[in-house]
Amino acid sequence: MRPILSLRHVTKRFGETAAVQDVSLDLKEGEFLALLGPSGCGKSTCLRLLAGLDRPSAGHVQLGHRDVTKLGAAERNIALMFQSYALYPHLTVYQNIAMPLRLRSLTVMQRLPGAALLSVQVRGVLSDIDTNVRAVADMLGLTDLLGRKPGQLSGGQQQRAALARALVRAPSAFLLDEPLSNLDIQLRAETREEIKALHRRTGYPFLVVTHDQADALSMADRVAVMMAGRISQVGTPHAIYHTPATREVAQFIGQHRMNILPRGAGGALHPAGAKLDLGVRPEHLAVCHAGTCEARLPATVESISFQGDETLVRVRGPGDASLLMVLRGADAPPEQGASLHLTAVPGALHAFGEDGDRRELAA
Amino acid sequence: MTRPWLTNLLLVGPAALAVALFIFLPVAVVFVLAFTDYLIGAPSATWVGLENFQQLLGSRLGRNALINTLVYAAIVIPASVGLGLIVALGLHSLATRLPRIATLLQTVYFLPVAATLVAMAVAWQMLLHPSLGLVNTWLSALGLSGQQWLTDRDIVLFTLALIGIWQTVGYNMVLFLAGLSAIPATLYDAAAVDGAKGGWTRFWTVTWPMLGPTTLFVLIVTAANTFRVFETVATLTEGGPAFASDTIVYALYREGFVYFKAGYASAITVVFFAALLLLTAIQILLIERRVHYR
Repeated sequence: MRPILSLRHVTKRFGETAAVQDVSLDLKEGEFLALLGPSGCGKSTCLRLLAGLDRPSAGHVQLGHRDVTKLGAAERNIALMFQSYALYPHLTVYQNIAMPLRLRSLTVMQRLPGAALLSVQVRGVLSDIDTNVRAVADMLGLTDLLGRKPGQLSGGQQQRAALARALVRAPSAFLLDEPLSNLDIQLRAETREEIKALHRRTGYPFLVVTHDQADALSMADRVAVMMAGRISQVGTPHAIYHTPATREVAQFIGQHRMNILPRGAGGALHPAGAKLDLGVRPEHLAVCHAGTCEARLPATVESISFQGDETLVRVRGPGDASLLMVLRGADAPPEQGASLHLTAVPGALHAFGEDGDRRELAA
Repeated sequence: MTRPWLTNLLLVGPAALAVALFIFLPVAVVFVLAFTDYLIGAPSATWVGLENFQQLLGSRLGRNALINTLVYAAIVIPASVGLGLIVALGLHSLATRLPRIATLLQTVYFLPVAATLVAMAVAWQMLLHPSLGLVNTWLSALGLSGQQWLTDRDIVLFTLALIGIWQTVGYNMVLFLAGLSAIPATLYDAAAVDGAKGGWTRFWTVTWPMLGPTTLFVLIVTAANTFRVFETVATLTEGGPAFASDTIVYALYREGFVYFKAGYASAITVVFFAALLLLTAIQILLIERRVHYR
């Protein structure tokens, strides 16, 4: 798949601080890419650089084979849906959706009120615009709302209007800034599905920027994890979860934060734990019953918190390491203060060197 | 708690009494006086019906004051609103690059608003003095002939209008600046992504519509202030020469407090009041629906 929109060694500084440092990223033809990271990591800056709203301090932005580093947003034909939706409050939904087409296919003079009365050409363009607006409104179920102003719409409807405005002009790439963050929980799940379906139907390359890993992992084909202005890892959601490239990524991804056994303390679980930091996800830790397992980690139960479908058990392991364990289903929870042994399958262990990078463990 | 009406009365009473006593009562008195020939200090007055109003609208002098005021407003309102907007746009974009200079210029533009107009009028009198004033000195240095700015019948109203504009632009600028800073930056981003290239397109797509409520407010406030023009007339021309700069409020002052014709002055006040009320109502009804986007 050929890259449609790319950052090439892009750095963006605001005064002294670098918000984005030497980032290279490809958005490929027809793919769904998520840019995931904690707030303040520079992902929104990347989005603005891709869209052409900001200029990089160093590096290049490419659209197809073209270098568009110096071009503004208007010249790039990239659609962007803003976190706040940024609909024009004084225009109806119809006029909002039509705006990108009007700005692109009519000149300043032709946009003047009454131009349609004078010019056949303008009438032709306007009727094309009308066809497109109605088609995209129909696709997003906005037909009945076309006459409303944004202030009269619910949050979900506003979002669909913003999607329609972005999609109406057949963009070369579609960027979405935190598309789900302003929606309530129930609507989020639905909208996730809708955005995925929209991606399948339109075939445009989608780039979603989000701080919510559930959104990124569930929607995207590929996820780029960004930490402190740099891209830490790019891979499939599966790879990001199962083979995190750095300790930071490992601890950022996952519903529960990954346990890290500092060097030496993890020796009981895996020989490599003597020299490397060992990581194991709380959901991959298990209680070892009656000496049945090869590798065992002695621990004492500190606290237990029952949460319905799962039980969170906090234990104190060797080297005073505090570990979290998730018990699911019918596992009987241990008593508070009990001593027990923990185990984990070797495949669920992650080793990290002093630099925080992943080291492959011999199986 | 047992007698809430007493609490209510104590809380609302003083303010309500003051409003009634100092605003509603005088207004009512003015409305009644407008239909009499009452002179200030006279022991009695006669009911004259609409005679005062006939005199205002029918006499050459009354119509002259009305027309002068309308001409003055027709120059000052559009010019000071338009210039206020232009200055605000300029300073707003300057503020991102040269914040200190922008602040300095803001202060300069706002100075006429903060200063006492009567004192400023005296300063203008010096500047506009036919033989000693700086304006004519500069004009002659440029090879142009000086003007009798405040004593030429054909010019005096426009001179006053210029001073009026000078005095109002700063205020309108501040209001527009506040309106500009309230426009969300993402709307400009959205416009850029949608394909708005030049500043002109950005202005008509985002700035102008988003400034709608501000513009309406500025228009109403400017109109109300402009129709009330008085200080400059009183200090610089006293309505002269030969009533060439006579305005409604100055005529009202002259009739009421120089000639003591309280009845006639009240009639002028009533007409003025009704006109302003009507104007504001029209502005709100016509424009408000189109500027508040709900």
